[in-house]
Amino acid sequence: MKTGLPVIFAVVLGLGGSTVGFVLAPAVQLGGVKQTTVLNSTDLYPPQRIGDATLGLQVYRANGCAACHTEQVRQEGVACDVVLTSAGKNPQAVSNLLATLTMTHLTKEAADTVADQLTAAGGKVETHIVPVGVDLDRGWGVRHSVAEDYVYDYPVQLGNLRAGPDLANIGVRSPDSNWHLLHLYAPASAVSNSKMPSFKYLFNLQKVGASPSPDALSLPSGFAAPAGYEVVPTTEARQLVAYLLSLRANQPVYDAPFTPPAKP
Amino acid sequence: MTANETIHPTAPATEIDASCKLPLLALLVGASIWLVIGSVLAMIAAIKFHAPDFLGACPLLTYGRVAAAANDALVYGFCLPASLAVIIWVFARLSQTVYALPLVPVVAAHIWHLGVFVGIASILLGNSTGFAWLEFPRGGSILILVAFVLIAIPTAATFGFRRDRTLYPSHWFLLAALLWFPWSYASANIFLVSMPVRGVAQGVIDLWFGNNLLFVWFSLVGLGVAFYFLPKLTGRPLYSYFYAQYVFWTLVLFGTWCGIPAGSPFPAWIPTLSNFAGYLLIVPVLGVLIITVKTLAGAPVTSSSDPTVAYFIAGLIAFIISGITLHLVAHNDQLARITEFTWFGQAQTQLQIFGFLAMILFGALYYILPRVLGFDFIFPKVTRAHFWFNLLGSVALVIPLAIAGYEQGSHAYNLDAALPALRVSSMGLLLILIGNLLFAGNVLAMFLSWKITLVKSIFSAVTSPLKAVEVKS
Ligand code: HEC
Repeated sequence: MKTGLPVIFAVVLGLGGSTVGFVLAPAVQLGGVKQTTVLNSTDLYPPQRIGDATLGLQVYRANGCAACHTEQVRQEGVACDVVLTSAGKNPQAVSNLLATLTMTHLTKEAADTVADQLTAAGGKVETHIVPVGVDLDRGWGVRHSVAEDYVYDYPVQLGNLRAGPDLANIGVRSPDSNWHLLHLYAPASAVSNSKMPSFKYLFNLQKVGASPSPDALSLPSGFAAPAGYEVVPTTEARQLVAYLLSLRANQPVYDAPFTPPAKP
Repeated sequence: MTANETIHPTAPATEIDASCKLPLLALLVGASIWLVIGSVLAMIAAIKFHAPDFLGACPLLTYGRVAAAANDALVYGFCLPASLAVIIWVFARLSQTVYALPLVPVVAAHIWHLGVFVGIASILLGNSTGFAWLEFPRGGSILILVAFVLIAIPTAATFGFRRDRTLYPSHWFLLAALLWFPWSYASANIFLVSMPVRGVAQGVIDLWFGNNLLFVWFSLVGLGVAFYFLPKLTGRPLYSYFYAQYVFWTLVLFGTWCGIPAGSPFPAWIPTLSNFAGYLLIVPVLGVLIITVKTLAGAPVTSSSDPTVAYFIAGLIAFIISGITLHLVAHNDQLARITEFTWFGQAQTQLQIFGFLAMILFGALYYILPRVLGFDFIFPKVTRAHFWFNLLGSVALVIPLAIAGYEQGSHAYNLDAALPALRVSSMGLLLILIGNLLFAGNVLAMFLSWKITLVKSIFSAVTSPLKAVEVKS
């Protein structure tokens, strides 16, 4: 090679190719993601995020929560569970049969066979689609994350290290805002032996006035404020918690189907 | 050619070296300070896993901010400007002409370090963009982009003035690096910060950039520099141009697509394609292995030969390990699932930074600096000690991190499973930090003694006519 042209050619081909592939194409394909409909329903998913929660995402970003938490759930596959909804006219035969059958974590074919046997014995059955995977076993979600989960996020905080649990579903898992405030103020007060650093600086330690603030945290002994003082969350702390509570990726969608638990 | 001849005649090595002096000093003084700051910040972040509330009351030093600032100080504060310094010198030497327009990079180096300062300060103050490896908000990112381009232009011009028109393998790698950083950094910033795309595409672009910076760009620079020094220091020709060309093309064609894990919440074609590229990555990695072994085979590497060879050999081995790991993870679903989201990924990053690129840059700078300044290091023995600190530090950092990751992944992300190994890795970081202090101390001492000589010579220039007058009267 006598000139730099082949190098420029390589750059344009290799680097330009990957720019088109992994920057432009995703921007075009995914840049237009919109709300989707919940499977077998007309509800839209995800619900629009409201003011405080939107601002809370900025608190999450500013404090680098994503250094320790991911917001993406993985799934290794789906399995089928066969659920008996009614034993029918011949409960004895059905229950004898039940004793011999495996009903959960089946392949589609196995589930069909089981369902046929039970139906033949007179029972009524439903087949449920159940996502499986380590994350789901840990209770971090009900299905894998999909593009729609992030429609309202800027910046999207996927994260790449799980020093702490995945938070894609923390709003479902821990819906109590007081628990979150306590946990942010003194993680060990909410989770024994927690290794999460505290975010005390998102709270004000103030003298109790004429009457105690209604917002003051009720801290367990050992974490309580000094006598005459109370701990009050700042606006930022409230916004952050509103954001955490808005993280609820628990609806079945086209890309990630599952059978939701029956509505009571 | 004749016009070229007169403007940029073939220059003797000492003159070429001298022409790089000011740009190199401007880049390296800042870079060695950032190196120390970055490793101290990394140490603070690591200590937080021993004692979660260490320095916790101060929002500036909360884990999420310190960890990001540490990474950026090391990569943008040290790795990039130090790489540019080495590229400047290698290009001037390869071209056999003095460096074109040395004052432009001097100015650019100050802009660069200002940009890094703005970026790091913004992260600590909570104004990071929230995108991994692109945390610098607009103020910082625009400054470093401008500075990079300002350095790349005279460096490319120096390349254009080369006396021997045939390109040497290092030329390909380093030219591509000069083009690739502004290209990828600008594209990522445009789509993530200036006119952000909606939703999860941000995640794809961020991962793409991270891989292209830490794997592709680092590899282009590290390999380009190593392929220059290895033959030079061992006195054996590079084995061979053919393999080097092969490594270059496959790295650029496959490497740029890696880094997007299977199962990510993106359309399936994206991780599938990325995984396939990761699988093919074994090709350039084997190429580097062949080049390293064959170039070194029979080389008289003895204690009497230049000690800097060791840096390049260690760095190339780190590259090979790093590439093989990327390949294995792309190849083996089981391993990918266990290591994903764990410290294993941090181990790979640290291996790229300290084991590979920094190692090669240290070696190159220990060779270059005394020649450029015209006098030896103030503490020459320390350069040898630094090698051992960086080598043992990298081993004691990366291996425990990888083990921590594996443990964490095999125990359903239980932090307690990872903690013992994680704590051991802090020792590695401490060794690296000590090594970095030695490096920075050496560079700064050299800089000061150069400054002092400079001031002295100015002083004597000012005072000598007076003396002459005194003698007359
Ligand atoms: C240094 C790493 C680290 C950082 C930074 C961090 N966390 Fe955590 N987080 C953890 C660990 C470890 C746990 C598990 C122990 C616990 O629940 O306290 C955890 C748990 C949590 C939980 C409870 C999850 C569950 O499943 O019960 C929430 C909610 C949470 N973190 C939110 C946050 C927020 C919000 C931030 C940013 C302000 C943050 N974390 C920053 C490490 C971290």
